[in-house]
Amino acid sequence: MLKRRQAVTNQEDRRRFLIRVFAGAGTLFLAGCDQLSKSEWVQSLLSNDSRISRFTHRLIGPRKAMAQEFSEADLSPEFRSNGTSTPNNPAYQELAKNDFKDWALEVGGLVEKPQKFTLEQIRALPSRTQITRHDCVEGWSAIGKWKGTPLLEILSIVGVKSNAKFLVFHCADPMEDDGTNNYYESIDLEDAFHPQTILAYELNDKTLPVPNGAPIRVRVERQLGYKMAKYIMRIELVDSFEHIAGGKGGYWEDQGYEWYAGI
Amino acid sequence: MPELSESILIPRHTLPVRIMHWINVISFFVLLMSGLNIFNAHPALNLGKSSYNGHEPILEMEAEETDNGELVGVTRIFGYEFDTTGIFGVSKDDQRELVERGFPSWMTLPGPKWLAMARHWHLFFAWLFVINGLCYIYYSFKSRHVQADLLPTSKDLASIWQSVKDHVRFKHAVGDEARSYNVLQKFAYLGVIFILLPLIILMGWGMSPFLNSLLPGWVDFFGGRQTVRVIHFIVAWLLVAFVFIHVFEVIITGLWNNLRSMITGKYRITYPNAKKETGRDESRG
Repeated sequence: MLKRRQAVTNQEDRRRFLIRVFAGAGTLFLAGCDQLSKSEWVQSLLSNDSRISRFTHRLIGPRKAMAQEFSEADLSPEFRSNGTSTPNNPAYQELAKNDFKDWALEVGGLVEKPQKFTLEQIRALPSRTQITRHDCVEGWSAIGKWKGTPLLEILSIVGVKSNAKFLVFHCADPMEDDGTNNYYESIDLEDAFHPQTILAYELNDKTLPVPNGAPIRVRVERQLGYKMAKYIMRIELVDSFEHIAGGKGGYWEDQGYEWYAGI
Repeated sequence: MPELSESILIPRHTLPVRIMHWINVISFFVLLMSGLNIFNAHPALNLGKSSYNGHEPILEMEAEETDNGELVGVTRIFGYEFDTTGIFGVSKDDQRELVERGFPSWMTLPGPKWLAMARHWHLFFAWLFVINGLCYIYYSFKSRHVQADLLPTSKDLASIWQSVKDHVRFKHAVGDEARSYNVLQKFAYLGVIFILLPLIILMGWGMSPFLNSLLPGWVDFFGGRQTVRVIHFIVAWLLVAFVFIHVFEVIITGLWNNLRSMITGKYRITYPNAKKETGRDESRG
């Protein structure tokens, strides 16, 4: 009898202990996850997700795998503008007033022949037209028809030095209200030389409108929308982007988003 | 004190299954809650290849402001509008202020709007979940867990209707019958493991622009990229429904016994005294 009662008490203790463990785990889970989100080691641990994804994608995906292209029937009635719609930058606005006739794209950094390209010169180069889907990191998609110059045309003119690893797009749109912290983005050479990576100057058969990035925006069709910088002023080839702005390779990357946005 | 019944402890779940089960539990909650935070970045669902195709969203959560400046949460499903202030569209933030957000902060990870961090949680645990799932598939075929414990036997199939009746009457197997899963339980597990989970993973891949390029157009087989997002969302809630039923069954069929079997592996089988002599539970016909 005594033995049995003791066994029952032990069992009750164990149950009480387990209840406490589970209740505690639940509370810790809810409250703790928010604290964890703010701690640096969790952020750096979890941010390995994009490293694993990029590694796997490169492993299983052919270098030149093409993004899906659509038909005119799939076009979104209006191509949504996201992020900046009018750059708060007087110099840019001057250029826009004159239909970007005085604008020139500067290509420099680790290249053999740094030079500038006017819009007219870019339009005179071979072009590619593609109807593709733009996937925003927020979850929405829009389908648009883009015409532009493949980036590889530009790169073959300027000549990429062997130590170059990334292209950095420096943009005209400031991300702060006081006109500082311009948008920028970066991609690797594999994406830069991809046939669908174009400097687009037309959207849906019309000159690229200002809300969508006039005079040119880059299309990187196998990644999310934030990689596709608008209002590009300068392309810089670098071996590392650590010295640029927040050092993570892009405006949104500096805010914690993945540099590799293929997922 | 008379002995009412006799019972024995049997080994129920193997160590690998127990470990993988609890990894799943953690991953599931992280994935669900971070997924809802990601959803909140664009709290609308559209069918088709893109979100802007001339059709209204099938589900939408948003905030509207009344004339006297109050925020009202509005949820629209197939054109029907509901006031969901306090839960969907508009809910309290950590400062107890009403703010515009799809799902409330207590359902999301992180609590506040934080898409970048929600994606890190989601995609990191998605990898853990997929690797854990692959280990499970490998282990449970190799150890014959699937073949021996999960696949319904012909006897099971003949007793489906009986099992349905037992479930709605909350009648549970005792004695030797409790040694194996019942047929509905088997179907539920098989359906989750081999249909819902692979489907939700595939639909997650369907949202990746890079994985779309591996076989251009494959997402259209499921109705297009935005439909894929809808399926991902629906399957997530089907899994929530499964978890609710699963936990409910765990509780009513003996919470502690079930929990012990998933922690130490030991499961108690009880033989009601009177019925032990006849060898079987006659009430089950």
